[in-house]
Amino acid sequence: MFPSISIGPYLLQTPGLILILGVWAGTFLSEKEAERYSLNKDTISNLILYSLIAGLVGARLAFALRTPGVYLSSPLSLLALDATTLAPTKGLLIGITIAIIVIQRKNLPIRVILDALTPGLAIFMIAWATANILSGDAFGSPTDLPWAIQLWGENRHPVQFYDLIFAVIILGVILKKPFMDFGSGINFLFLFSLSSLVRLITEAFRGDSILWFGSIRAAQLVSLVLLIGTLWLIRDWSINSSTKSFSVSE
Amino acid sequence: MMNITSLIENKRSWNLVLAGIVLLGAGWIFLTRTPVTQATGGAPPPSPKEGFSAPTFSLDILNAENSTTKVSLTDYRGQVVMINFWATWCSPCREEMPAIQSVYEEYQEQGLVVLAVNTTFQDNEFDVGDFVAEYNLSFPILLDRSGEVSQQYQLRGLPSTYFVDQKGVIQAVIVGGPMKETMIRSRVEALLKEVP
Repeated sequence: MFPSISIGPYLLQTPGLILILGVWAGTFLSEKEAERYSLNKDTISNLILYSLIAGLVGARLAFALRTPGVYLSSPLSLLALDATTLAPTKGLLIGITIAIIVIQRKNLPIRVILDALTPGLAIFMIAWATANILSGDAFGSPTDLPWAIQLWGENRHPVQFYDLIFAVIILGVILKKPFMDFGSGINFLFLFSLSSLVRLITEAFRGDSILWFGSIRAAQLVSLVLLIGTLWLIRDWSINSSTKSFSVSE
Repeated sequence: MMNITSLIENKRSWNLVLAGIVLLGAGWIFLTRTPVTQATGGAPPPSPKEGFSAPTFSLDILNAENSTTKVSLTDYRGQVVMINFWATWCSPCREEMPAIQSVYEEYQEQGLVVLAVNTTFQDNEFDVGDFVAEYNLSFPILLDRSGEVSQQYQLRGLPSTYFVDQKGVIQAVIVGGPMKETMIRSRVEALLKEVP
């Protein structure tokens, strides 16, 4: 765990820095990938920019809505450069929604765009896992295993390292594009299904899981549903792809 | 690759694969479910992290008439507590103190407790008194002379602030500053709204 660096009077938050680097590297890689798909790279960079701005604004508004009276009495605080007053999950959902709206309104080829974004997303997953190692977030459950790490007062599963290892493997697999011939959007769905599978596995070792029905880890249930959904879509998109003509047997 | 192609081509085979994954996944989820004792077993263990119980401490209070007067975190269980680690030489600490005082005055009657822990082991105790007078602070100033509490809270920088809910669980950790008054008010108000 290495959550911050002191530079003189300033305290630099290392997880935030890594996430920013992840966004930068992911955008760079996605732009390169867009060119390979004969897409205008500005289309991708603008899409990422719109999503980021919408995500940030949404995250701030969602945080402010928890105590609207406080922000109504001081509306300029909505513009404060303060990363601690954001609701990240809601911001992420708003960013994705805006990206979908932009893609639809501009009539962009959604499956090709998703494929172009895929390596960038895989890079960002590596940055995310690294940020969790630095911050100590997404920590594991207590264990006596020899490779346990001392964190938050106990020996714990190094789940953040499991996630990092899997994220690197996923990036390696994704860059090889094993199912490229199956049509547009399949590489993205493959990334999504692999990520869901990894979460289904590693969530079992988390020490901070949200529980449903008393003892079932919510993230595992959601991951299983997403895994099945993306695998179902892989077949659906493959057989409907113009680049592939299957003789479908029902 | 050939095998996967033929699998995808055949709807029945693909559905069988999906059904197999559902069964395996459901089995894994069931096998790795959190033990009921762990899921329902009381307060989380103490650690200076969101979601954990705030580590307990007992410290001398500044200017206490009786030199043995101590303030303990456990005295405030059932109340929203804001623990702020600070030092007189720390510029962001100075900048955020008026905001903390203002929020304290506003929410004190609703049950907000502010415990300002001075890192006395790396500060000058005489300066602390001057500082408190200069900023007209009315909340308790605690003195961490040995540095034990700072170590317990794994202090990484100053100021560091821990927002603790009525169950004694840390809900937010803010390392660095100065904190904006709106942010402090927002977090405090959200915690005060929670039903214990």
